[in-house]
Amino acid sequence: MESLTLSDVEQKYYSELFVYCDTDNTKKVASNGRVLDLFRAAQLPSEVVLQITELCGATRLGHFGRSQFYIALKLIAIAQSGLPLRVESLNSVKDLPLPRFVVGKNEAEARHAALYQDADSQGLYPAPGTALIPRPPGRGLQNKKGPPSSTSLPAHEVIQPLAPSIEAQPEPTSPVISPHQSPPTSPHSWRKHKRQHSGGNADRQQVVAATGAVWTQFREPQTGPVTGDGMWSSHSPPPPLPPSQESWVSFTADTPPSSTLPAMHPSSVQESTTIRTVASAATTNEIQRQSSGYDDPWKITDEQRQYYINQFKTIQPDLTGLIPGSAAKEFFTKSKLPILELSHIWELSDFDKDGALTLDEFCAAFHLVVARKNGYDLPEKLPESLMPKLIDLDDSAEVPEPAAEVGYSASPVEVTPNKSPSMPSLNQAWPEMNQSNEDTAIVHPVPIRMTPSKIHMQEMELKRTGSDHNHPTSPLLAKPPELSEETKLPPSMKFVAANTVGDGYSSSDSFTSDPEPITRQRSQSGASPEALKVVAPPPPPPRPQQSHSRSSSLDMNRTFAATAAPGQPQPSAVAFPPAVPPRPLPTQSSVPLTGHRVEAEGVPAGGAVLTTTSPQQIPQQPNFADFSQFQAFAASEQPSSLPDIDKHSEAGQADKISEGAGPLRTVKSDGPADERTSATVNSAKGSSGPLAPPPKPVRRRLKSEDELRPEDEQIGPQKATAIAAPLTSQPSISRSVGKDKKAIQASIRRNKETNTVLARLNSELQQQLKDLLEERISLEVQLEQLRPFSHL
Amino acid sequence: MFHICLLMFSPQNYPLYIRSVPCQNELKFHYTVHTSLDVVEEKVSAVGKSLADQRELYLGLLYPTEDYKVYGYVTNSKVKFVIVVDSSNTSLRDNEIRSMFRKLHNSFTDVMCNSFYNPGDPIQSKAFNGIVCGMMVQTG
Repeated sequence: MESLTLSDVEQKYYSELFVYCDTDNTKKVASNGRVLDLFRAAQLPSEVVLQITELCGATRLGHFGRSQFYIALKLIAIAQSGLPLRVESLNSVKDLPLPRFVVGKNEAEARHAALYQDADSQGLYPAPGTALIPRPPGRGLQNKKGPPSSTSLPAHEVIQPLAPSIEAQPEPTSPVISPHQSPPTSPHSWRKHKRQHSGGNADRQQVVAATGAVWTQFREPQTGPVTGDGMWSSHSPPPPLPPSQESWVSFTADTPPSSTLPAMHPSSVQESTTIRTVASAATTNEIQRQSSGYDDPWKITDEQRQYYINQFKTIQPDLTGLIPGSAAKEFFTKSKLPILELSHIWELSDFDKDGALTLDEFCAAFHLVVARKNGYDLPEKLPESLMPKLIDLDDSAEVPEPAAEVGYSASPVEVTPNKSPSMPSLNQAWPEMNQSNEDTAIVHPVPIRMTPSKIHMQEMELKRTGSDHNHPTSPLLAKPPELSEETKLPPSMKFVAANTVGDGYSSSDSFTSDPEPITRQRSQSGASPEALKVVAPPPPPPRPQQSHSRSSSLDMNRTFAATAAPGQPQPSAVAFPPAVPPRPLPTQSSVPLTGHRVEAEGVPAGGAVLTTTSPQQIPQQPNFADFSQFQAFAASEQPSSLPDIDKHSEAGQADKISEGAGPLRTVKSDGPADERTSATVNSAKGSSGPLAPPPKPVRRRLKSEDELRPEDEQIGPQKATAIAAPLTSQPSISRSVGKDKKAIQASIRRNKETNTVLARLNSELQQQLKDLLEERISLEVQLEQLRPFSHL
Repeated sequence: MFHICLLMFSPQNYPLYIRSVPCQNELKFHYTVHTSLDVVEEKVSAVGKSLADQRELYLGLLYPTEDYKVYGYVTNSKVKFVIVVDSSNTSLRDNEIRSMFRKLHNSFTDVMCNSFYNPGDPIQSKAFNGIVCGMMVQTG
C-alpha cells in the first residue's frame, strides 16, 4: 500500500466515514456494502469507482481495510477534483477538498437532484446557497427562517462542498423539515422545523377537512426537494460531541470558522449513522441538544396542539371525553405507518392503559405519529412533554430539559401509573395477608375470654409469636395465595402436627388467620350461644388422627352413638403431645364451681393432674359438670381411668377442635353441655387409654369454661345433667334435669355447628390427602426415572 | 445459568409468544410446553367452576419432570401461560412464580388494550418484551 498522509481534516473525515461504513463494528474493515454505497454516492462514474477500488488495493485484498478505505476516499477526492487517478497523486496533491458524497436514500433522489446542483456548482458558496435561498421562501413560515438561513447558508455552503452528500444523507429522514433549515441552525431549526412543519401542515390541514388529507400532506413534504439542511435539522442533535454542539451554536451566530467544519463532518457522519441506528439515541441527542438551550423536541407547539385538538373534535366532540380505541385505530391507520409502529405509538401514548385516548393522550399519539412520519424515530419512553398530565399548552415555554431527565422521568412516571392493579394488590395482598394473619393470629388467641382461657390464650399468643418467628414466612407467605379453607386447614393441620401445641396453635392461628377461617370462626363463635369471641382453639398438638373434632360434643355424640368404641378417641387423644399449654385442670376449675361437679371432678385421681392447671380454671362450672360426670363415671368405673379417659376424650376433642382451627374451638366452646356429654361419653367409654395430657382436657374445659362462664352456672350443671341423662347411661350422673328442652336445643345447635365444622375439616383433610397422594405419585415417578440411571 | 422459558398460548392453543433464556435447548422447552398443554387443558376442564379468582387462574406446578418444572396459568379468556424452569433453580418458589404470572397477566392486558393489537396475533410489543426479558433476567 502506498503510504498515505492525510491532513487532520482529512484524517478526521475519513475516520468518520470509516466508522460509518464499519457496520460490522470491526473497526478494521469497512463493509463492502456501505463502502460501495458511499462510493456510488461520490457521483463518480462506475469505471472510476472500479479504478479507485483497484488502486486502493481492496480488489486485491477483497475487502476494505482502513488503509484501503482511506486511500479510496482520497482517490475519490482526487477524482472529484477532476485530477487523474493515480497512486502517486495520493500524496502529491495538496489542498485536496474532501471527497463529496451524495448519499442516496429513500426519498433522497430529489435531494440528489438538488445536491447535484449543489455539487455541480463546486463552489464554496454558490449553488448551495442559491439553491437554498429560493426554497425557504417557498415554504410558508420560512420568512423567519430567512435571515437565519442566510446567515447559515454560508456555513452550509462551506459544509456542503465538504460533505454535501453526507449532509444529504440524513435528509431523507427529515424531508419535511429540511428545506429551509440550514444545518448550522439546526438546534433552532429543529424546533423550527417542527413548528414550520406543524405550521405548514396546520395550514394545509386546516384547509383540508378530511383527516385523510393530513397524511397526504405529510407525504408531500417528504417528496419535496430537500437540501442538506434537512439533515441538520432532523438530526439536529449531533452525536454528543460538545465541540460540535458548540460549532452548531457558532454556526447560528455567523459563518463558522472552517475549523469547525471538520467537526461538523464527524458529527454529521455520526449523525447519519446514529440517526439511522439508534432512535432513542437520536432522540436523546436531540433532547440533549435541546437541553443545551433549546426547546424540548417533543414539545407540542401551539399550532400543532390546536390542530390536534381539532382532529380530536372530529372524532370526539367532547374534549374531555375519550376516543375509543377502535376509532383511534382507524384514525391513525390512515397515517399509513406500519401497524407495529402504530402499536408502539399507542403503547407510548395510552398512558392509563385503558384502551381509549384522552385529549392529552391523543395529542401525544398524534405528535408521535407526526414525528415518525417526518423520520424521527420513536422514543422508547414517552417524552415528558408528551405525558398526558405534563403537556403544557403553553408551548412557548422553552424549558431545556435534560435528556436524561426526560427519559428517566418518563419512565418512572409511566411506571407508576402503570396499570397493574393486581400487582399492587398482590403486593399489598401479601402484606395484608401477613397482617391479617397476624391480626387474626393475634385475634384468635386474643379473644377476650375470662381468666382461664385468657391466660391460656396469652400463653398461646406467646407461643404463637414465638412460632411465628419460626415459620412466619413460608407458611404465611405461601399460604396467603391459597385462601381456600381446605388448603389452609390441612397445611395448618400438618403444621400443627409438626409443632408443639403452642406452636401448632399459633401456626394454626396464623394459617387460619385468613379471612375465611376467621369469619368462619367468628361465625361459629357468633353462633355460640355464649357469643364469646372466637378463640382459636389452642393448637392441638400434632394429632395423627384427625377424625377427632374439636367439639367435644361431636366426640361425645360419636361416643354416644357408638358407645362401643370407647377406645377410639382415646388413642387419638393419646397422641396429643403433652406440650399443650397447661390449662387449668378441670378439677381445679371445677373446684370453685358448683359443688357437686367440682367435687366429683376433684375427687378422682385425675384431680392431681387436673389441678395442675387449676389456677386458670377456677370458675368453670360446666366443665366441672363434665368433669364431675367424668369423675362420677370414672369413679363408677375406674377412678383413675376416668380422668384419663376424660382427658383423653377431652384432649382428643380439644385436638380435634384445635385442628379445626377455631371453629372447632368455638364448637367446643359451644357446648359445655356437649362437653359434658362428651365427657360423660368418654367416661362411658371406660377404656383406660394412655393418659391424655392433662392440658387437653383442661383446654377443652377452659373453652367450655370460658363459654360457660357467662352462662348461668346453675344452668350449666343442669344442662350437663340434662344432656348427660339422655345420652349417657351413667347412673352416676345425677343432675337435676331442669330445663331439658333448652339444654337439648342448645346442644343440638352446638352439635350441628360441630357437624359443619367437622365436615369442613373432613373436606380439608381430604384435600390434604389428595395433595399428599399427588406428591407421592410424583415422587414415585421421579424415583422410577432415577432408577434406570442407577443401572447405568 | 438457569433455563427459563415462557410461552403464551391463545385459546386455540397456538402460540402467541415464546421466549426462552438461554436460547439453546429451545426445542426441548417447546416440546415440554406442548406436552404441558395437555395438562393445562385437563386442569382447566377439571375446575369446572365459574369462578375466576386468582387461585384458579394459577394452575401451579403442572408436573415435574426430571429436569424441569412446568407451571401453568390461564387467564379468564383462556389464554394460557406456561413457564418452564429447570429444577436446579430451586430458588424459584411458588409465590415467585405466581408473581411472575401476575406480571405477565398485567403486561398481557396492557398489550390487549392496544387498539392495534388483534387478539390472536403474535405479541410484538416492545414493552411486553421488555417486561418478559426483565423477568427472565431477574430469575435467571
